Amino acid sequence: MKVRARDADQVWQEEFEAAPERDDGIETSTISGIPLKPLYTREDLTRRDQEFPGQFPYTRGIHPSGYRGRLWTMRQFSGFATAEETNRRYKYLLANGQTGLSVAFDMPTLMGQDSDAPTSRGEVGHCGVAIDSLADMETLFDGIPLGEITTSMTINSPAAILLCMYIAVAEKQGVPADMLGGTLQNDILKEFIAQKEFIFPPAPSMRLVVDSIEYCAKEVPKWNTISISGYHIREAGSTAAQELAFTLADGMAYVDACLERGMHIDDFASRLSFFFDAHIDFFEEIAKFRAARRIWARWMRERYGAQQERSWKLRFHTQTAGVSLTAQQPELNIARTAIEALAAVLAGTQSLHTNAMDEVLGLPTDKAARLALRTQQLIAYETGVANTIDPLGGSYFIEALTDEMERQAEAYFKRIEEVGGVIPAIESGFFQKEIADAAFRYQQELEQKSRLVVGVNEFINEEEEPIEILRIDPRLESQQSQRVQDVRRKRDQAKCANTLQSLRKAAAGTDNLMPYILEAVRAYATEGEIMQAMIEVFGTYTETAVV
Amino acid sequence: MPSTAVRPVRIVVAKVGLDGHDRGVKVVARALRDAGYEVIYTGLRQTPEMVVDAALQEDAQVIGLSIHSGAHMTLFPAVMDELKRRKATDIIVFGGGIIPDDDIAALKKKGVEEIFTPGTPLQEIVEWLRKRFPE
Repeated sequence: MKVRARDADQVWQEEFEAAPERDDGIETSTISGIPLKPLYTREDLTRRDQEFPGQFPYTRGIHPSGYRGRLWTMRQFSGFATAEETNRRYKYLLANGQTGLSVAFDMPTLMGQDSDAPTSRGEVGHCGVAIDSLADMETLFDGIPLGEITTSMTINSPAAILLCMYIAVAEKQGVPADMLGGTLQNDILKEFIAQKEFIFPPAPSMRLVVDSIEYCAKEVPKWNTISISGYHIREAGSTAAQELAFTLADGMAYVDACLERGMHIDDFASRLSFFFDAHIDFFEEIAKFRAARRIWARWMRERYGAQQERSWKLRFHTQTAGVSLTAQQPELNIARTAIEALAAVLAGTQSLHTNAMDEVLGLPTDKAARLALRTQQLIAYETGVANTIDPLGGSYFIEALTDEMERQAEAYFKRIEEVGGVIPAIESGFFQKEIADAAFRYQQELEQKSRLVVGVNEFINEEEEPIEILRIDPRLESQQSQRVQDVRRKRDQAKCANTLQSLRKAAAGTDNLMPYILEAVRAYATEGEIMQAMIEVFGTYTETAVV
Repeated sequence: MPSTAVRPVRIVVAKVGLDGHDRGVKVVARALRDAGYEVIYTGLRQTPEMVVDAALQEDAQVIGLSIHSGAHMTLFPAVMDELKRRKATDIIVFGGGIIPDDDIAALKKKGVEEIFTPGTPLQEIVEWLRKRFPE
């Protein structure tokens, strides 16, 4: 007998309820705790006009041609030890088919201090490459034509300084600034919220961000001046919806700050870029990325009145979730990373970093780094997923989850507005508490085994095979300290001191600081000296720790 | 609260080094607090001197260190040296973070009592403390 379409849903409902359910106690909500139905149908779709890629609100992607036009950029984040060693790794990655560079700096560089500072002890070259002055940056990009590649630099509090170093190296290669392409992370708000690599208080920090956006709009027009990052918010333990909401709220705070400076929205909006985490909950992540594009387009057009289409388009980089990797049975991380990368690709990411399996133990070895890159190549060329644009568009489930992400993000925007906006929310610990609560809840679910992590709280191997770990030579620290001391000794002292004095004066006023920083960089002032000059004017920030 | 000790064990938890990855330290701090310990979290970027200062001021019996930057082989021993210098070696030290196995053995030789690496159940840390401080 033919079941009429109208009744088929009832039949299914009855059959589903009659069938035995698994009773393993494992959560059926997403990893972020969004309850899921066992089945989604046409009834779950919101009525809306049919959406197309390349068209507002860009839920299905910002390019009409998707990956048919151009694949995503395979951009592996990399840096360790000295500029020489990292330069060699870059040449190796480029020779193996990587299509863009992404610089990882060590902790002293990220925190704006030189390698010979007392608090740099034990940290030099460990989490990334040590850069103290223009001399190191020259070595880092030696033999790499900066007019032909694009470079992403993950740096925040001292971002303006590192960008100036890059511009200065390009000058020496004969490449004018308006030919440079790349991305500066330069997202200080998420530092206050999650990663905590802040130095100056919020107000002068925001000034430096706006200075660099304003400067680049004129002088380095192809540069993505900021990469507004959810990655670190997520890694700190947030849910997917929190990552989405807090990141877009940060983005709007930067837009507001640029507008306050007197810039026109269409003069800078298209150079804002985004950076998200690809976590292990596959569909939730795809929905998150799709919702991000839709929300941003709507806000840019309707709230901020941007006229140009390119101002509406949210472009994003993705990195697979470091926090999903396990120290136990680390080879499993290859599988995790592949699944996460696939989610990013199915959602149309512009560029992608795949984590190496050993990153939970240390910096990746050459082999692990290569396997991570090969994983992307496998997705691009073997699986066929790049052949169709937004292949999951129209899926009842994905569309419903995309709507849910959007709804949750909008609810957070209201709460952030209620506490006075992003900076007051930071100062009152709002974001920090939301994230810490989510992290703790997840950890409890692991303890109760209502969520399983293979190899960690279930399916454990009694004997773990040791894997190779990249070790940083401890002699490196004294060598790098020696190097920065040599730079300080050999430069034109009077010229260097003058540039720092000019910078101090400018910092006390309202000039755009970029030209002053560039002058100091050209005079081989070190990163630590340039930061110190600004600290003298701006002061530093200490967070009230919230547990 | 499970603990009925006359004087609750006081633990100073600190992030040493330059990195700001405080997810782990906060989760552990909450779990220890929930298990009945008195937990003082110092916040980020503590030097070894600051950590020992805090432990002495708070009259803590335990210091818990967290680090993710790879500087543990410098900073953990520096905390142990500072404890010696301040004649406070009765304070026991444990730590956590991204710390390779080989380094764990070396740190234990230097007097760090226990190291908990990524994926450790919170209950394991609590049980270790219960054994270390039986009621």
